[in-house]
Amino acid sequence: MSSYRIAALGDRDSVLGFKALGLDVFPAETAEEARRTLHALAKENYAVIYLTEGYAAEMEGEIARYKDDLTPAIILIPGKDGSLGIGMANVKRAVERAVGADIL
Amino acid sequence: MPAINVNPTRQELTRLKARLKTSVRGHKLLKDKRDELMKQFMDVVRENRALRKKVEEGLMRAHGAFTVASAVMSSEMLEQALLYPKQSVELDMTFQNVMSVNVPVYRFKTRSDAAGEVYPYGFATTSGELDDAVDALSSVFQDMLRLAEIEKTSQLLAEEIEKTRRRVNALEYVKIPQMEEAIQYITMKLDENERSATIRLMKVKDMLLAQAIEEKRQADARAIEAFGGGLGESSGQI
Repeated sequence: MSSYRIAALGDRDSVLGFKALGLDVFPAETAEEARRTLHALAKENYAVIYLTEGYAAEMEGEIARYKDDLTPAIILIPGKDGSLGIGMANVKRAVERAVGADIL
Repeated sequence: MPAINVNPTRQELTRLKARLKTSVRGHKLLKDKRDELMKQFMDVVRENRALRKKVEEGLMRAHGAFTVASAVMSSEMLEQALLYPKQSVELDMTFQNVMSVNVPVYRFKTRSDAAGEVYPYGFATTSGELDDAVDALSSVFQDMLRLAEIEKTSQLLAEEIEKTRRRVNALEYVKIPQMEEAIQYITMKLDENERSATIRLMKVKDMLLAQAIEEKRQADARAIEAFGGGLGESSGQI
């Protein structure tokens, strides 16, 4: 058993609150910056990375890359602008991948 | 002709039959694995959807509260209040084995356990709205962790199911029919060889028999000639 950390990555206003909970917060101004930070975090000791959906939409390839690895788990959360439905779409996609059709 | 080239020999036939047996057994096992994985996956996904809905709603509430707080306070003050957290979260990760898929189980530790310790600031200079916002966020955080665990689990299971399903299908629709065809081909070829060997033997026997009869006939003819010739001479003399 080893210790891991939790990161929150996204635009400044959306992730600032997580700082109060003791997460490591990485504000990113652009999707490019978020992308770089994500790769850096994945190499480090982070087991869970919460990523806001706004940036997630622009970095699907990067997210897919870590999907089949045990760490990190990249979990999409809605940013301050509201849910974009990407997180739900990902759940749906997992079902399609496993079953071959969306049966839910 | 089978799709794969095989030597129609008895040895090859035995080998193929053994392989077919293993394949059929493997196919059955993989199928069972797939069904069980699917069962687990459906439970996980259902929970995943419910939890995600809950977390998204909770986070929206928290974001709303933060927006209100930032309207009341200046952004510098807000940032200053949150800048140095009192809490720190560490994550212990262990693994649970679900049908030979390792899925993570998270257990998180906070440095301080008291519920009132989430506010990293003094109350004097901050507004009550910020307290509400932090409260809302910390109440949804447990669910967020659970969501992380279950969403990763569902992703890993989905990958494994996809792999297993492909294997099952490859065995069921390609490998096993191919082997059955090859076995049938070899069996027929061997039977054919056996028949042709029998026929050849019969033919040889016929030929030998014909030859023997012919020889016998010639010998008879010679004997008759020898005997009949003598008879003819003697009768001529009489």
